[in-house]
Amino acid sequence: MTMMSFSTSTYALVEKDIRSEVRTRYAFNALLMFVVTAVSTILFALRSDNPSTALLSGMYWVVVFFTAMSGLSRIFVSEEERGTVLVLQLIASPTVIYFGKLLFNSALTLVLTTAVTILYVLFFPGFVINSYEILFLTVLLGSLGFAASATIIAAIIAKAGARGTLYPVLSLPVLIPLLITVMNATARALAGEPLVNALGELQVLLGYLLVMVGGSYLLFDYVWKD
Amino acid sequence: MKFVKFGAVTLVTLVIVAGIAIPTSLQPTSLFQFPVIPGLEEKARNIFFHVPTAWTTVVAFLVSMYYGIQYLRKRDIEYDIRSVSSASLGFLFCFLATVTGSVWAKFNWGSFWNWDPRETSIFVLLLIYGAYFALRSSLEVEETRAKLSAVYSIIAGLTVPFFIFVLPRMMGGLHPGSKGDPQGSGPVVSFTMSGNMLFIFFMSLLGFNLLYVWMLNVRVRLAKIEYQQSSEQA
Repeated sequence: MTMMSFSTSTYALVEKDIRSEVRTRYAFNALLMFVVTAVSTILFALRSDNPSTALLSGMYWVVVFFTAMSGLSRIFVSEEERGTVLVLQLIASPTVIYFGKLLFNSALTLVLTTAVTILYVLFFPGFVINSYEILFLTVLLGSLGFAASATIIAAIIAKAGARGTLYPVLSLPVLIPLLITVMNATARALAGEPLVNALGELQVLLGYLLVMVGGSYLLFDYVWKD
Repeated sequence: MKFVKFGAVTLVTLVIVAGIAIPTSLQPTSLFQFPVIPGLEEKARNIFFHVPTAWTTVVAFLVSMYYGIQYLRKRDIEYDIRSVSSASLGFLFCFLATVTGSVWAKFNWGSFWNWDPRETSIFVLLLIYGAYFALRSSLEVEETRAKLSAVYSIIAGLTVPFFIFVLPRMMGGLHPGSKGDPQGSGPVVSFTMSGNMLFIFFMSLLGFNLLYVWMLNVRVRLAKIEYQQSSEQA
């Protein structure tokens, strides 16, 4: 396949997913409401306590994790439910499907982390971003790595029963290296450390992203084709 | 296999008896005395059980992943049987390593669990095994089950280098090989053990590995018979 047709067909797939998302706003609305629900539950639990920055940066990613786990599997599960898997298998190569779905999920995760960031800044007095460059790079690389793992796991569980429960169970062990790293890096961003201090974490995040995308790219054929 | 079976039984028995019975002494004079390691004392004996079980866990995981890859390449159900048999043994050894490690942590570091990087890694390995079996039980069709669980074990295996090489170097911890350890941080911990301890340690490593090979052999044979019976009934 030539580069040209690869990018056009990937673009066409992403456009199709966006169009069907805009029609129903299923994933978008559900994710945003989930974020609001999760953040308000934490606010109820804390009452008027002022949690430490380490706790806040941890809980930031707890919200991201569970919200993502409620919505990101939709990308493959909806194809299975609508019975459109066969059509996709016929008209596009697995590589195109994988990168199309990965792009859509990455965009969705970025929207999600942006929403969580805005809510945390508004509602938690302790969540003050003192180092914007660390937070920006952490959230960007963290979201992309998150989407990479979530997409391949979503492809796996779309074929299984008990999807909803299984999704976080399968994802958590794979995501733990990422979660530990982003939690550390976010704590550094809140503490206002210089960018050099977070370089180690950012390298791990970049490495994680490359390993996951590479591994998924090689394995996606086996998951996708029946 | 006979050699493996008797070798495993002999070595593990020898290690259990020698590892527990040999006394420690401040100035060891004979081969049948262990030196006292400051800070560890009698607790040092756990090294004959904790490290080999942890090592076998990793071996079992890699073997399971290897057969998973072989299944994806050749689509022969026998590889899937081998893969899942190795994974279930890995789960058993992982549990043993967690328990021996946790007991050791209680008496050396003061608590059963304190999220040391190594404790985190072994916990994640338990989660991976748990997720692997949960995934398998939710897939009905045999080929899909074999295929997807192989893919999952490879994806999960991709994260293992982060736990072995990256995170212990970034996070401080109490386990040997953590960041700031004077004996060097890294996956391979250089032990300061006396000759006779080292001998029993390697006997134990070999014994537990042989035990794993023998148990895997039995499990694979059993699983094959079960598979044949279920396909004859169908």
